[in-house]
Amino acid sequence: MSRIAACFQTLQAQGKKALIPYITAGDPHPSITVPLMHSMVEAGANIIELGVPFSDPMADGPTIQLAHERALVHNTSLTSILAMVQAFRQTNQTTPVVLMGYLNPIEIMGYEAFAQAAQVAGVDGVLTVDLPPEEGKQVLPLFKAHGLDPIFLVAPTTPAHRMQAIAEAASGFIYYVSLKGVTGANTLDTAQVAERLKQMREYTQLALGVGFGIKDAATAAAVGQVADAVVVGSALIKQVEATPDDHPRIIKNISGLLASMRTALDA
Amino acid sequence: MNFSEFNWKAMPDAAGHFGAYGGRFIAETLMEPIYQLEQAYHSLKNDPAFQAEFDRDLKHYVGRPSPLYLAERLTRELGGAKIFLKREDLNHTGAHKINNTIGQALLAKHMGKTRIIAETGAGQHGVASATIAARLGLECVVYMGAEDVQRQAPNVFRMKLLGATVVPVHSGSKTLKDALNEAMRDWVTNVDDTFYIIGTVAGPHPYPAMVRDFQAVIGREARQQILEQDGRLPDALVACVGGGSNAIGLFHPFLADESVAIYGVEAAGSGIATGKHAAPLTAGKSGVLHGNRTYLMEDDNGQIIETHSISAGLDYPGVGPEHAWLKDIGRAHYVAVTDAQAMEGFHTLTRKEGIIPALESSHAMAYVLELAPKMSKEQSIIMCLSGRGDKDINTIARLEGISL
Repeated sequence: MSRIAACFQTLQAQGKKALIPYITAGDPHPSITVPLMHSMVEAGANIIELGVPFSDPMADGPTIQLAHERALVHNTSLTSILAMVQAFRQTNQTTPVVLMGYLNPIEIMGYEAFAQAAQVAGVDGVLTVDLPPEEGKQVLPLFKAHGLDPIFLVAPTTPAHRMQAIAEAASGFIYYVSLKGVTGANTLDTAQVAERLKQMREYTQLALGVGFGIKDAATAAAVGQVADAVVVGSALIKQVEATPDDHPRIIKNISGLLASMRTALDA
Repeated sequence: MNFSEFNWKAMPDAAGHFGAYGGRFIAETLMEPIYQLEQAYHSLKNDPAFQAEFDRDLKHYVGRPSPLYLAERLTRELGGAKIFLKREDLNHTGAHKINNTIGQALLAKHMGKTRIIAETGAGQHGVASATIAARLGLECVVYMGAEDVQRQAPNVFRMKLLGATVVPVHSGSKTLKDALNEAMRDWVTNVDDTFYIIGTVAGPHPYPAMVRDFQAVIGREARQQILEQDGRLPDALVACVGGGSNAIGLFHPFLADESVAIYGVEAAGSGIATGKHAAPLTAGKSGVLHGNRTYLMEDDNGQIIETHSISAGLDYPGVGPEHAWLKDIGRAHYVAVTDAQAMEGFHTLTRKEGIIPALESSHAMAYVLELAPKMSKEQSIIMCLSGRGDKDINTIARLEGISL
């Protein structure tokens, strides 16, 4: 069983929801990423989404765009990120790590080389924003062969037949994008999300996560009512943005926000 | 590969691939809208009423057919092949861009979209989009890199006069690629009522094929015109390539004519060896950006690198996927000319023929200056004069230390 599947199995048995924080690797500096990952786990994170910075993050809003830019200033690369995951795994063998990013860095490293290196480093899943299942015929089998769960997005615009195709291609969990737009956008309609998740349930037994628009304990708790997992990104990155030079404060603020979400989810 | 027997119209395949290139590499939110667009385009493409509407607009609003002009003085002075200029600069709004915006805006209208968005580099596509939006009464938002807003000020003002909102993009390198990113972000947010008019033969399928089809009027006219004027096919085609829409428009109807050599001219900026250029086909490698796989300017980690060109319209790190494929199969040749060569092309055409070309088209001109003398007097070249240079006079003056 993959680390992601095991994680959801344990949580389900405990009647708990997964809290999935997203941070951009190397933001604001590569030295903070591994300690931040450990602190997030201590604060109650169940799975970590580690953003791979890209020069042209077309699906991201201004907050995460700037995070990518800050990380790239220090030459954060796929190779250095795999080294971070490997360092994280020295003391944590249970928390799944999902790399989230765009296809080009993976394409340039080479599909086979990446899949192999990611497996060795201890990566569990890969979410490639600009890789729909249609374009994944080459790379997806390599992910699976190396024990990497391909995580896919489902959007408000996704029709039923695509949900089915995505469910067939996905493993680990499926990530429902709660609204049309880029990351960091504002409004989230819980009733509408619940309706869509119910529809997705017809096609998959995989855990269903929800992201986009979750910014505090209250929105996390509301989404936790209907989803198996809650993904939070821009709200955390804003803590980096606020004090980019004060690493202890970044760790403290992000952990604090996550802990409040954990409490709200478990209540 | 047998070029004369190959079915060029069968490309791209059903999934939008030109060999290894093209495709649909976009976020899930846009997948269904992209399929809807493809479906709408395919049904209208073969609809005689839609085609008649498009042709009527090209004729009466754009002023097509654009002339094919034999540049006699230039031909004489270079002493080689006859130089024919396909005068896209004489189109309404001053460039080839309008051919495509009319096609896509009609499509938007048929799909019931009320708002159009566009990205622009030199501003020609932005102006063409704002123009057609004004005519059809559609809301229009144009994304433009903040640096391009500076260097193409006259076009920014034209867009505003036409009623468009111009949004300067401050992220990344503040040029065309960043404008495209921002337009994609707008589209993903407003996908219900918004039609994204991409200005070049790049982006997710069906854009590269659709924009090519709308621009292919350039090559169809040119082919017929040269047969009428010269009694034979040309020996070479030359066009500048940024994203590559004017080039593919000229090239496509000639692909099966094996005797016609095809040259796409990229921007070598300060010189290929300096690394400061915008020539992905000449000096880049394959990768995925803006919805398609193509040749890109990128580093060893897959990050897109900044491009450099005197010409805002060529200052783009990617290129249309069909060009990538035409390069690989050897049907077209891609070369690059520097900023300095382009300036020479600009001045030569201006002084010898009384035609002020856009800096983009000046790159094609620069290559013609090299190519024509190597050919015989019986031979001929068609160069796509993709746009007029009025928009560039401030840039030229600044580069030459002249204050206007």
